Amino acid sequence: MAGKVIVLTSGKGGVGKTTSAAAFAAGLSLRGHRTVVIDFDVGLRNLDLIMGCERRVVFDFINVINGDAKLNQALIKDKRNDNLFIFPTSQTRDKDALKRDGVERVLEELKDSFDYIVCDSPAGIEHGALTAMYFADSAIIVTNPEVSSVRDSDRIIGLLASKSRRAEFNLEPVAVHLLLARYSPERVRKGEMLTIDDVKEILSIPLLGVIPESESVLRASNTGTPIVFDEESPAGRAYHDAVARFLGEQREMRFLQPERRSFFRTLFGRV
Amino acid sequence: MAANLVQGAVFTVMVVRAGMLRDPAFELELAEQIQRSPRFFLNAPVVLDLKDVAEFTREAEFAEARESLRRHTLTLIGVQNAAPGQLQAAAAARLASFAPNSPQPNRVSPREPSRDTPPRPAVAVKTRLVTQPVRSGTQIYARGADLVVTAAVSPGAEIIADGNIHVYGALRGRALAGAGGDVDARIFCSRLEAELVSIAGRYLVSEQLPPEQQGLAVQIALVDERLTVTRN
Repeated sequence: MAGKVIVLTSGKGGVGKTTSAAAFAAGLSLRGHRTVVIDFDVGLRNLDLIMGCERRVVFDFINVINGDAKLNQALIKDKRNDNLFIFPTSQTRDKDALKRDGVERVLEELKDSFDYIVCDSPAGIEHGALTAMYFADSAIIVTNPEVSSVRDSDRIIGLLASKSRRAEFNLEPVAVHLLLARYSPERVRKGEMLTIDDVKEILSIPLLGVIPESESVLRASNTGTPIVFDEESPAGRAYHDAVARFLGEQREMRFLQPERRSFFRTLFGRV
Repeated sequence: MAANLVQGAVFTVMVVRAGMLRDPAFELELAEQIQRSPRFFLNAPVVLDLKDVAEFTREAEFAEARESLRRHTLTLIGVQNAAPGQLQAAAAARLASFAPNSPQPNRVSPREPSRDTPPRPAVAVKTRLVTQPVRSGTQIYARGADLVVTAAVSPGAEIIADGNIHVYGALRGRALAGAGGDVDARIFCSRLEAELVSIAGRYLVSEQLPPEQQGLAVQIALVDERLTVTRN
């Protein structure tokens, strides 16, 4: 098995990288692919919370990089899906602990037993984010429809084209995809948010999916359940679509229109 | 037809000082330089400058120099500033003698390059061509040349040229033409949404650009010391 390394990155913080990494990894595993999701945000460990396995963390990514623990001691198997593993990071160390040769060794080892290695990048464009993207085969740029997020994404795409391993060794470039998160059709209609076309035009990379802004995402995060396990939520279904498109399926974009108010709501005004 | 038998041509040739050849730091730097633009250096001709160098009086030394340059894909074709003894050894090594240090080698002594080194076509100042989007945070400088971008230039990106700048896409970042002081340089773009445009140091920020020209295909030139934007 030669697993593919996918990085979820954005430059800007708070756009939904970790939520998306958790949802994407879970989505891949639900389609039968052996998937591991790694937290690269050393010192600000969050992924384990979103995945709901924070009480099961014993060893972490940094322990394995330093050779203090074996890979199978640190990997946490998801309770909902046998194909899904979580690789938590250290909360007590900082990004300098991400040594490039150590990260490479761990990723190579993971490639032997996983189809997909999903890397949750920290925000910023410093060492942590650069290390997370360096070994990527594919990148998913998580962007919100607002100008600062789009500009930071643009910067990150530039870095992927110049600072990744594929760029340095003149290999086939990292495949870059756009995931537009926190999209609110209602606010786009009012002109408070950039439209999908605005974002696509500035970034000029293929659109993998649009995730509608939704309270169910917050609820999912707080309960430690990746949103794709919520079959009811539009956001969860949008992530499923994005995963399918990533795997080469053609799917229509959904959830781009404001939700229609029900008959009763229209009748009685805002409820 | 005898008149066509001998033709004159001017070539760009690299000159390497003989003293540096034995410096390991130089080798390293050379290798780095070549790695950056391997095609430019492939089979490129090199002239060895012997000024103030006492060695290179034996043919074998030239053969050695030829080999060491060959390792970097370079071809030694001749010497410059050779003392009479060195000249003899160079001739024995089948190297041509070039006139001392004229930047334009128009008084080249009769060329007798070894048969296995085809002369390289002349290198003109080449326009720098960029076909990928210029992303935020990227800076591109076309030194001594024009710059042509066939994609969009993002906000927060900076493109600079000593000559003209052409953007066949939206120009949303900063564009600085005539960076070396050329007041005749111009900026052309198919969609003006720039943060800043500048020619030879004179500049306009987006607020000063005529709003009616925003989003249009324009050219920007320096007329009477003032930047003027006209529709294409």
